[in-house]
Amino acid sequence: MSKARSAPVRAAFIHLALIAYTLVALFPVFLTLVNSFKSRSAIFSAPMALPTPSTFSLIGYQTVLSQGNFVGYFQNSLIVTVVSIALVLLFGAMAAFALSEYRFRGNMLMGLYLALGIMIPIRLGTVAILQGMVAAGLVNTLTSLILVYTAQGLPLAIFILSEFMRTVSDDLKSAGRIDGLSEYAIFFRLVLPLVRPAMATVAVFTMIPIWNDLWFPLILAPGEATKTVTLGAQMFIGQFVTNWNAVLSALSLAILPVMVLYVIFSRQLIRGITSGAVK
Amino acid sequence: MSDTEIADIETVPVKRPTRWHIAVFLAPAFLVYTAVMILPLIETLRLSLFNMVEGQLAFVGLNNFKTLFGDPRLSADFWNALRNNVIFFIIHMLVQNPVGIAIAAMLSLPGLRFAAFYRSAIFVPTLLSFVIVGFIWKLILSPIWGIAPSLMDLIGLKWAFAPWLGKAETALIAVSLISVWQYVGIPMMLIYAALLNIPDEVLEAAECDGITGWSQFWKIKLPLILPSIGIVSVLTFVGNFNAFDLVYTVQGALAGPNGSTDILGTLLYRTFFGFQNQMGDRSMGATIAAVMFLIILAGVALYLFVIQRRMRRYQF
Repeated sequence: MSKARSAPVRAAFIHLALIAYTLVALFPVFLTLVNSFKSRSAIFSAPMALPTPSTFSLIGYQTVLSQGNFVGYFQNSLIVTVVSIALVLLFGAMAAFALSEYRFRGNMLMGLYLALGIMIPIRLGTVAILQGMVAAGLVNTLTSLILVYTAQGLPLAIFILSEFMRTVSDDLKSAGRIDGLSEYAIFFRLVLPLVRPAMATVAVFTMIPIWNDLWFPLILAPGEATKTVTLGAQMFIGQFVTNWNAVLSALSLAILPVMVLYVIFSRQLIRGITSGAVK
Repeated sequence: MSDTEIADIETVPVKRPTRWHIAVFLAPAFLVYTAVMILPLIETLRLSLFNMVEGQLAFVGLNNFKTLFGDPRLSADFWNALRNNVIFFIIHMLVQNPVGIAIAAMLSLPGLRFAAFYRSAIFVPTLLSFVIVGFIWKLILSPIWGIAPSLMDLIGLKWAFAPWLGKAETALIAVSLISVWQYVGIPMMLIYAALLNIPDEVLEAAECDGITGWSQFWKIKLPLILPSIGIVSVLTFVGNFNAFDLVYTVQGALAGPNGSTDILGTLLYRTFFGFQNQMGDRSMGATIAAVMFLIILAGVALYLFVIQRRMRRYQF
């Protein structure tokens, strides 16, 4: 009896708590987006109000797109992120396939070696990475960032993908071998399509830290031509410290791509996590 | 049976002389990872044993570490950064992980409506860049723009408002809590996944024994998700002792006010690159990186060899 009565009350409390925390989580994002569409005076006088016809203004976005080199930063970030993810997925899947499919001497050791980077952050090697990049003439190039992010993303990618590849049926691969497919064809044509959900999970995990990273762009590629969106927005804040319209618009633009990807992949992401990709 | 198996394994290399495709599959990942990650890490550790002596790079043994721990000028900064970093980590363990677990526990209750919406919304801050997080929280907490004071006024707490980020006593706590706000999504997701993996039979059996609600969480679910809590803790540890970006975007490279939010990451940045009138120093930078490496290694080793071994894992 008492249980039946208390259940709705309990559910109400839980919803209340979750709604409260959701508000805490989304409020700052809401504040950024809403104020980026308002005129300067409205940002100060009524920071929490939605833009009305009288306060609506795109002046911030106009400033960002005309004054700063923001389109270029965006392009840099996109190139770095997309190429790094592609390399992480390709190289990671290849290595994961080798580790999960073949028995060879040193397999365990290789797996452990490649997994070291999950726990040890690449940032600690910065001093020597910068030295190496200077020696290779790669400072202030997008290539240096791509190389670093590829190395950074590989360990977790290999770990997650090899867990998944162990679940691909052996019969399928044996059938492929009997049909005379080469090992490369088995990997690219049979196995890769089957681990697509895991690839999506890896792509999201790889993308977030790359897109948002400030450390390596600051150190390896601070030049105007190679600035990423994150570094660009940070510099923008310094440069236009009083132009809040522009800063808020720049930040809103920087949020956009991650959000789009997250919405697309969020189902895959939770499925990837719950099916034991990260244990 | 076992004899033929052994014979089989032994003849494999003879039947297939060299399986080049294994090398081809492994080579790209191995090369990039080794060249860009492992070798620089080793080189950085090596550099921490060298320093400039009369204009030449020379082996100085552990002298850099002695300077870092004992030199009056540098060591004050170092111990301050280390202490702040420990506080930073403790606040994450005390706030971020319990809150993450609580949200995950609520989300995983059977039949909860809008669970997917809550989950996605609460994960959003984790996706944001530090630049956005830093800037917007600076605005919210700023006494000039006045979002925090006016919000606190609504609930009659205006007297409690202070420019937290600007005061040395509260700045570190404020920055830590901003970081907690950003990263609650990660423990939430991992614990949520662990909770979903608990089989229904276990929970049904508990319900038959009259264990429901709170006591079910404490007596049944929590022991079963302990391994995930262990992973979350070690991830928090590694992330915290290598943090830099948030402090840099909120308080700048000097990690003010008066060094009160300085952590190892910002100290490494300033030491390595120099800042304002301080010259960059590669050897001392490498030394701080080496100390960070040892701290992280110690934490990970403690987890792998002590905590994880003692934990009971349940196979379903």
